[in-house]
Amino acid sequence: MSRRLRLCVFGVGALGLAALLVWGLAGLPSFGEFDGHYGQLLAHMTVPERKATSSISVTTFDFRGVDTLGEEFILFTAAVGILVLLRIQRVGEDVAAEPARVRRPAADSKTLQSIAAALVAPVLVLGLYIVAHGHLTPGGGFQGGVILMTAFLLIYLAGTHLHMGRARPLDAMEISEALGAAGFALLGIRGILLAGAYLQNFISFGMVGSLLSGGDIPLLNVSVGLEVMGALLVVLGELLDQRLLMRRDSR
Amino acid sequence: MSFLPYAVAAWLFLVGLYGIVTSRNLIHLIVSLTVVQASTYVLLLAVGYRTGGTAPIYADISASRKVVDPIVATLTLTDVVVEATVAALLLSLAVQAHRRFGTLDPDELGAMRG
Repeated sequence: MSRRLRLCVFGVGALGLAALLVWGLAGLPSFGEFDGHYGQLLAHMTVPERKATSSISVTTFDFRGVDTLGEEFILFTAAVGILVLLRIQRVGEDVAAEPARVRRPAADSKTLQSIAAALVAPVLVLGLYIVAHGHLTPGGGFQGGVILMTAFLLIYLAGTHLHMGRARPLDAMEISEALGAAGFALLGIRGILLAGAYLQNFISFGMVGSLLSGGDIPLLNVSVGLEVMGALLVVLGELLDQRLLMRRDSR
Repeated sequence: MSFLPYAVAAWLFLVGLYGIVTSRNLIHLIVSLTVVQASTYVLLLAVGYRTGGTAPIYADISASRKVVDPIVATLTLTDVVVEATVAALLLSLAVQAHRRFGTLDPDELGAMRG
Protein backbone atom coordinates (compact mmCIF):
# COMPACT_ATOMS: atom_id res chain seq x y z
CA MET A 1 0.00 0.00 0.00
CA SER A 2 1.54 3.29 -1.05
CA ARG A 3 1.98 6.20 1.33
CA ARG A 4 -0.52 8.32 -0.62
CA LEU A 5 -3.21 5.64 -0.52
CA ARG A 6 -2.64 5.16 3.19
CA LEU A 7 -3.06 8.90 3.81
CA CYS A 8 -6.35 8.82 1.83
CA VAL A 9 -7.62 5.96 4.00
CA PHE A 10 -6.58 7.96 7.07
CA GLY A 11 -8.39 11.03 5.69
CA VAL A 12 -11.70 9.12 5.59
CA GLY A 13 -11.12 7.94 9.16
CA ALA A 14 -10.14 11.44 10.25
CA LEU A 15 -13.47 12.85 9.05
CA GLY A 16 -15.31 10.31 11.20
CA LEU A 17 -13.00 11.10 14.09
CA ALA A 18 -13.62 14.84 13.74
CA ALA A 19 -17.38 14.27 13.87
CA LEU A 20 -17.05 12.07 16.97
CA LEU A 21 -14.69 14.56 18.62
CA VAL A 22 -17.05 17.50 18.13
CA TRP A 23 -20.01 15.41 19.29
CA GLY A 24 -18.10 14.23 22.37
CA LEU A 25 -16.76 17.66 23.31
CA ALA A 26 -20.24 19.17 22.94
CA GLY A 27 -21.61 16.64 25.42
CA LEU A 28 -19.08 17.34 28.19
CA PRO A 29 -20.22 19.01 31.40
CA SER A 30 -19.25 22.68 31.37
CA PHE A 31 -15.92 23.16 33.10
CA GLY A 32 -16.10 23.43 36.89
CA GLU A 33 -19.70 22.23 37.14
CA PHE A 34 -19.21 18.47 37.26
CA ASP A 35 -21.91 16.91 39.39
CA GLY A 36 -20.90 13.29 39.90
CA HIS A 37 -22.42 12.00 43.12
CA TYR A 38 -20.29 8.86 43.32
CA GLY A 39 -17.02 10.81 43.62
CA GLN A 40 -18.42 13.19 46.24
CA LEU A 41 -19.80 10.23 48.18
CA LEU A 42 -16.38 8.54 48.21
CA ALA A 43 -14.66 11.80 49.20
CA HIS A 44 -16.99 12.25 52.16
CA MET A 45 -16.67 8.61 53.26
CA THR A 46 -12.86 8.71 53.27
CA VAL A 47 -12.22 10.01 56.78
CA PRO A 48 -15.21 8.59 58.71
CA GLU A 49 -15.19 5.13 57.07
CA ARG A 50 -11.50 4.46 56.53
CA LYS A 51 -9.65 6.82 58.92
CA ALA A 52 -7.33 7.78 56.06
CA THR A 53 -7.07 11.31 54.66
CA SER A 54 -6.22 10.88 50.98
CA SER A 55 -9.44 10.19 49.09
CA ILE A 56 -7.47 9.24 46.01
CA SER A 57 -5.48 6.51 47.79
CA VAL A 58 -8.58 5.22 49.52
CA THR A 59 -10.43 5.10 46.20
CA THR A 60 -7.48 3.40 44.50
CA PHE A 61 -6.71 0.80 47.16
CA ASP A 62 -9.95 0.29 49.02
CA PHE A 63 -13.20 1.35 47.33
CA ARG A 64 -11.85 0.37 43.90
CA GLY A 65 -9.14 -2.03 45.08
CA VAL A 66 -9.94 -4.82 42.63
CA ASP A 67 -9.45 -2.41 39.71
CA THR A 68 -6.01 -1.60 41.08
CA LEU A 69 -5.21 -5.32 41.27
CA GLY A 70 -5.89 -5.45 37.53
CA GLU A 71 -3.81 -2.34 36.96
CA GLU A 72 -0.92 -3.85 38.88
CA PHE A 73 -1.07 -6.99 36.80
CA ILE A 74 -1.07 -4.93 33.59
CA LEU A 75 2.26 -3.54 34.76
CA PHE A 76 3.50 -6.99 35.78
CA THR A 77 2.48 -8.59 32.48
CA ALA A 78 4.01 -5.79 30.42
CA ALA A 79 7.32 -6.13 32.30
CA VAL A 80 7.32 -9.89 31.72
CA GLY A 81 6.48 -9.31 28.05
CA ILE A 82 9.41 -6.93 27.66
CA LEU A 83 11.75 -9.42 29.33
CA VAL A 84 10.58 -12.19 27.00
CA LEU A 85 11.00 -9.94 23.95
CA LEU A 86 14.46 -8.72 24.82
CA ARG A 87 15.96 -11.75 26.52
CA ILE A 88 15.39 -14.15 23.63
CA GLN A 89 17.63 -11.84 21.66
CA ARG A 90 20.28 -11.82 24.35
CA VAL A 91 20.43 -15.60 24.58
CA GLY A 92 20.71 -15.72 20.79
CA GLU A 93 23.66 -13.35 20.99
CA ASP A 94 25.34 -15.54 23.59
CA VAL A 95 26.09 -12.73 26.01
CA ALA A 96 23.79 -13.90 28.77
CA ALA A 97 26.85 -14.94 30.73
CA GLU A 98 28.50 -11.54 30.88
CA PRO A 99 25.94 -8.80 31.54
CA ALA A 100 27.42 -8.08 34.99
CA ARG A 101 30.71 -7.19 33.37
CA VAL A 102 29.10 -5.22 30.55
CA ARG A 103 26.91 -3.17 32.87
CA ARG A 104 29.31 -0.31 33.46
CA PRO A 105 28.56 3.35 34.18
CA ALA A 106 27.04 5.16 31.23
CA ALA A 107 29.41 8.09 31.37
CA ASP A 108 32.78 8.86 32.89
CA SER A 109 31.88 12.41 33.92
CA LYS A 110 33.10 12.97 37.50
CA THR A 111 30.48 15.69 38.07
CA LEU A 112 27.64 13.37 37.07
CA GLN A 113 29.00 10.60 39.24
CA SER A 114 29.44 12.79 42.34
CA ILE A 115 26.01 14.41 42.06
CA ALA A 116 24.36 11.04 41.46
CA ALA A 117 26.16 9.52 44.47
CA ALA A 118 25.14 12.46 46.67
CA LEU A 119 21.48 12.17 45.59
CA VAL A 120 21.05 8.42 46.19
CA ALA A 121 20.28 8.58 49.92
CA PRO A 122 17.88 11.58 49.86
CA VAL A 123 15.97 10.15 46.89
CA LEU A 124 15.72 6.76 48.60
CA VAL A 125 14.32 8.39 51.76
CA LEU A 126 11.88 10.49 49.70
CA GLY A 127 10.66 7.36 47.90
CA LEU A 128 10.10 5.49 51.18
CA TYR A 129 8.32 8.55 52.62
CA ILE A 130 5.99 8.81 49.61
CA VAL A 131 5.15 5.09 49.80
CA ALA A 132 4.60 5.14 53.58
CA HIS A 133 2.40 8.26 53.57
CA GLY A 134 0.27 7.26 50.58
CA HIS A 135 -2.92 7.05 52.64
CA LEU A 136 -2.36 10.46 54.28
CA THR A 137 -1.01 12.85 51.64
CA PRO A 138 -0.66 12.79 47.85
CA GLY A 139 1.52 9.83 46.91
CA GLY A 140 1.42 6.08 47.35
CA GLY A 141 2.91 2.94 45.95
CA PHE A 142 2.87 3.89 42.28
CA GLN A 143 4.45 7.32 42.75
CA GLY A 144 6.86 6.19 45.50
CA GLY A 145 7.89 3.13 43.48
CA VAL A 146 8.98 5.34 40.60
CA ILE A 147 11.04 7.51 42.98
CA LEU A 148 12.64 4.40 44.52
CA MET A 149 13.49 3.24 41.02
CA THR A 150 15.21 6.60 40.44
CA ALA A 151 17.41 6.00 43.50
CA PHE A 152 18.70 2.78 41.97
CA LEU A 153 19.15 4.47 38.62
CA LEU A 154 21.32 7.06 40.39
CA ILE A 155 23.48 4.25 41.78
CA TYR A 156 23.98 3.10 38.21
CA LEU A 157 24.89 6.65 37.12
CA ALA A 158 27.25 7.07 40.09
CA GLY A 159 29.11 4.10 38.65
CA THR A 160 32.55 3.69 40.08
CA HIS A 161 31.83 5.72 43.21
CA LEU A 162 29.25 3.27 44.48
CA HIS A 163 30.48 0.05 42.99
CA MET A 164 27.95 -2.72 43.32
CA GLY A 165 30.60 -5.41 42.89
CA ARG A 166 29.47 -8.72 41.53
CA ALA A 167 26.00 -8.35 42.97
CA ARG A 168 23.30 -8.79 40.36
CA PRO A 169 20.73 -6.18 41.37
CA LEU A 170 18.53 -7.30 38.48
CA ASP A 171 17.81 -10.63 40.18
CA ALA A 172 16.82 -8.83 43.37
CA MET A 173 14.57 -6.55 41.33
CA GLU A 174 12.80 -9.49 39.69
CA ILE A 175 12.13 -10.86 43.16
CA SER A 176 10.91 -7.44 44.31
CA GLU A 177 8.53 -7.22 41.36
CA ALA A 178 7.16 -10.71 41.95
CA LEU A 179 6.82 -10.13 45.72
CA GLY A 180 4.95 -6.88 45.13
CA ALA A 181 2.51 -8.41 42.66
CA ALA A 182 1.96 -11.52 44.77
CA GLY A 183 1.69 -9.44 47.95
CA PHE A 184 -1.26 -7.43 46.62
CA ALA A 185 -3.09 -10.57 45.47
CA LEU A 186 -2.40 -12.40 48.75
CA LEU A 187 -3.53 -9.44 50.87
CA GLY A 188 -6.79 -9.67 48.93
CA ILE A 189 -7.08 -13.40 49.67
CA ARG A 190 -6.36 -12.72 53.34
CA GLY A 191 -9.35 -10.40 53.18
CA ILE A 192 -11.50 -13.38 52.10
CA LEU A 193 -10.18 -15.53 54.95
CA LEU A 194 -10.38 -12.96 57.74
CA ALA A 195 -13.15 -10.60 56.70
CA GLY A 196 -15.25 -12.50 54.20
CA ALA A 197 -14.60 -10.68 50.90
CA TYR A 198 -11.72 -10.18 48.52
CA LEU A 199 -9.59 -7.17 49.57
CA GLN A 200 -11.91 -6.58 52.52
CA ASN A 201 -9.98 -4.75 55.19
CA PHE A 202 -8.89 -7.00 58.08
CA ILE A 203 -6.77 -4.59 60.16
CA SER A 204 -8.08 -2.00 62.60
CA PHE A 205 -8.32 1.42 60.98
CA GLY A 206 -6.36 3.26 63.67
CA MET A 207 -6.31 6.99 64.38
CA VAL A 208 -7.00 9.51 61.62
CA GLY A 209 -3.74 11.07 60.47
CA SER A 210 -1.35 8.56 62.04
CA LEU A 211 1.12 6.60 59.93
CA LEU A 212 -0.55 3.28 60.80
CA SER A 213 -4.11 4.13 59.83
CA GLY A 214 -6.42 3.29 56.97
CA GLY A 215 -6.40 -0.47 57.63
CA ASP A 216 -4.57 -2.44 54.94
CA ILE A 217 -4.06 0.54 52.59
CA PRO A 218 -0.43 1.12 53.76
CA LEU A 219 0.34 -2.58 53.23
CA LEU A 220 -1.11 -2.46 49.71
CA ASN A 221 0.92 0.70 49.05
CA VAL A 222 4.11 -1.08 50.11
CA SER A 223 3.43 -4.07 47.85
CA VAL A 224 2.61 -1.79 44.91
CA GLY A 225 5.77 0.24 45.61
CA LEU A 226 7.89 -2.94 45.53
CA GLU A 227 6.21 -4.07 42.33
CA VAL A 228 6.53 -0.76 40.49
CA MET A 229 10.16 -0.34 41.51
CA GLY A 230 11.02 -3.91 40.52
CA ALA A 231 9.16 -3.80 37.20
CA LEU A 232 10.66 -0.49 36.10
CA LEU A 233 14.19 -1.51 37.08
CA VAL A 234 13.93 -4.85 35.31
CA VAL A 235 12.70 -3.10 32.15
CA LEU A 236 15.37 -0.39 32.38
CA GLY A 237 18.06 -2.99 32.98
CA GLU A 238 17.00 -4.95 29.91
CA LEU A 239 16.86 -1.83 27.72
CA LEU A 240 20.32 -0.75 28.94
CA ASP A 241 21.65 -4.21 28.13
CA GLN A 242 20.28 -3.80 24.59
CA ARG A 243 22.03 -0.48 24.27
CA LEU A 244 25.32 -2.05 25.35
CA LEU A 245 24.78 -4.96 22.97
CA MET A 246 24.25 -2.52 20.10
CA ARG A 247 27.35 -0.57 21.02
CA ARG A 248 29.33 -3.82 21.02
CA ASP A 249 27.83 -4.89 17.66
CA SER A 250 28.77 -1.64 15.99
CA ARG A 251 32.35 -1.91 17.14
CA MET B 1 -12.50 30.60 29.28
CA SER B 2 -14.35 27.62 30.65
CA PHE B 3 -13.70 25.58 27.50
CA LEU B 4 -9.91 26.09 27.65
CA PRO B 5 -9.00 22.78 29.44
CA TYR B 6 -11.10 20.82 26.92
CA ALA B 7 -9.46 22.74 24.07
CA VAL B 8 -6.01 21.83 25.45
CA ALA B 9 -7.04 18.16 25.65
CA ALA B 10 -8.38 18.17 22.08
CA TRP B 11 -5.28 20.00 20.83
CA LEU B 12 -2.92 17.51 22.54
CA PHE B 13 -4.93 14.65 21.03
CA LEU B 14 -4.82 16.08 17.52
CA VAL B 15 -1.18 17.14 17.60
CA GLY B 16 -0.20 13.66 18.84
CA LEU B 17 -2.31 12.05 16.14
CA TYR B 18 -0.65 14.25 13.52
CA GLY B 19 2.72 13.06 14.84
CA ILE B 20 1.67 9.40 14.58
CA VAL B 21 0.32 9.74 11.05
CA THR B 22 3.30 11.62 9.64
CA SER B 23 5.96 9.77 11.65
CA ARG B 24 9.02 8.43 9.84
CA ASN B 25 10.62 6.99 12.96
CA LEU B 26 9.26 4.42 15.40
CA ILE B 27 10.63 6.23 18.47
CA HIS B 28 8.99 9.48 17.29
CA LEU B 29 5.78 7.52 16.73
CA ILE B 30 5.81 6.12 20.28
CA VAL B 31 6.47 9.57 21.79
CA SER B 32 3.57 10.94 19.69
CA LEU B 33 1.37 8.21 21.14
CA THR B 34 2.31 9.31 24.67
CA VAL B 35 1.26 12.87 23.68
CA VAL B 36 -2.14 11.49 22.64
CA GLN B 37 -2.38 9.71 25.98
CA ALA B 38 -1.43 12.92 27.80
CA SER B 39 -4.59 14.46 26.37
CA THR B 40 -6.64 11.91 28.30
CA TYR B 41 -5.11 13.08 31.60
CA VAL B 42 -6.07 16.68 30.87
CA LEU B 43 -9.55 15.62 29.79
CA LEU B 44 -10.17 13.43 32.86
CA LEU B 45 -8.96 16.03 35.35
CA ALA B 46 -10.89 18.80 33.54
CA VAL B 47 -14.12 16.76 33.67
CA GLY B 48 -13.79 16.20 37.42
CA TYR B 49 -13.01 19.81 38.33
CA ARG B 50 -15.54 21.73 40.43
CA THR B 51 -15.19 25.50 40.63
CA GLY B 52 -13.51 26.48 43.88
CA GLY B 53 -12.83 22.86 44.79
CA THR B 54 -9.51 21.70 46.21
CA ALA B 55 -7.73 18.33 46.14
CA PRO B 56 -9.66 15.63 48.06
CA ILE B 57 -6.88 15.19 50.63
CA TYR B 58 -8.31 15.69 54.10
CA ALA B 59 -4.95 15.92 55.89
CA ASP B 60 -5.19 19.69 56.19
CA ILE B 61 -8.70 20.77 55.10
CA SER B 62 -12.03 20.56 56.89
CA ALA B 63 -14.46 17.78 55.98
CA SER B 64 -17.02 20.28 54.68
CA ARG B 65 -14.67 21.86 52.13
CA LYS B 66 -15.69 21.60 48.46
CA VAL B 67 -13.41 19.09 46.69
CA VAL B 68 -12.88 17.98 43.11
CA ASP B 69 -13.87 14.48 42.03
CA PRO B 70 -11.50 11.78 43.40
CA ILE B 71 -12.62 9.17 40.83
CA VAL B 72 -11.12 10.98 37.85
CA ALA B 73 -7.85 11.46 39.76
CA THR B 74 -7.76 7.71 40.42
CA LEU B 75 -8.53 7.01 36.76
CA THR B 76 -5.71 9.36 35.77
CA LEU B 77 -3.33 7.42 38.01
CA THR B 78 -4.36 4.19 36.27
CA ASP B 79 -3.99 5.97 32.94
CA VAL B 80 -0.43 7.05 33.71
CA VAL B 81 0.58 3.52 34.72
CA VAL B 82 -0.97 1.98 31.61
CA GLU B 83 0.62 4.63 29.40
CA ALA B 84 4.06 3.95 30.87
CA THR B 85 3.73 0.18 30.34
CA VAL B 86 2.42 0.59 26.79
CA ALA B 87 5.29 2.95 25.94
CA ALA B 88 7.88 0.58 27.45
CA LEU B 89 6.47 -2.41 25.58
CA LEU B 90 6.38 -0.49 22.29
CA LEU B 91 9.93 0.79 22.81
CA SER B 92 11.20 -2.75 23.32
CA LEU B 93 9.39 -3.75 20.11
CA ALA B 94 11.15 -0.84 18.38
CA VAL B 95 14.49 -2.14 19.69
CA GLN B 96 13.66 -5.55 18.21
CA ALA B 97 12.55 -4.02 14.90
CA HIS B 98 15.79 -2.08 14.66
CA ARG B 99 17.87 -5.15 15.34
CA ARG B 100 15.96 -7.19 12.76
CA PHE B 101 15.61 -4.68 9.94
CA GLY B 102 18.34 -2.14 10.68
CA THR B 103 15.92 0.79 10.37
CA LEU B 104 13.30 2.61 12.43
CA ASP B 105 11.35 4.00 9.47
CA PRO B 106 7.92 2.32 9.54
CA ASP B 107 7.76 2.43 5.73
CA GLU B 108 10.97 0.47 5.34
CA LEU B 109 10.29 -2.24 7.89
CA GLY B 110 8.96 -4.55 5.19
CA ALA B 111 7.10 -7.78 5.71
CA MET B 112 7.23 -9.65 8.99
CA ARG B 113 9.78 -12.40 9.08
CA GLY B 114 9.99 -15.21 11.58
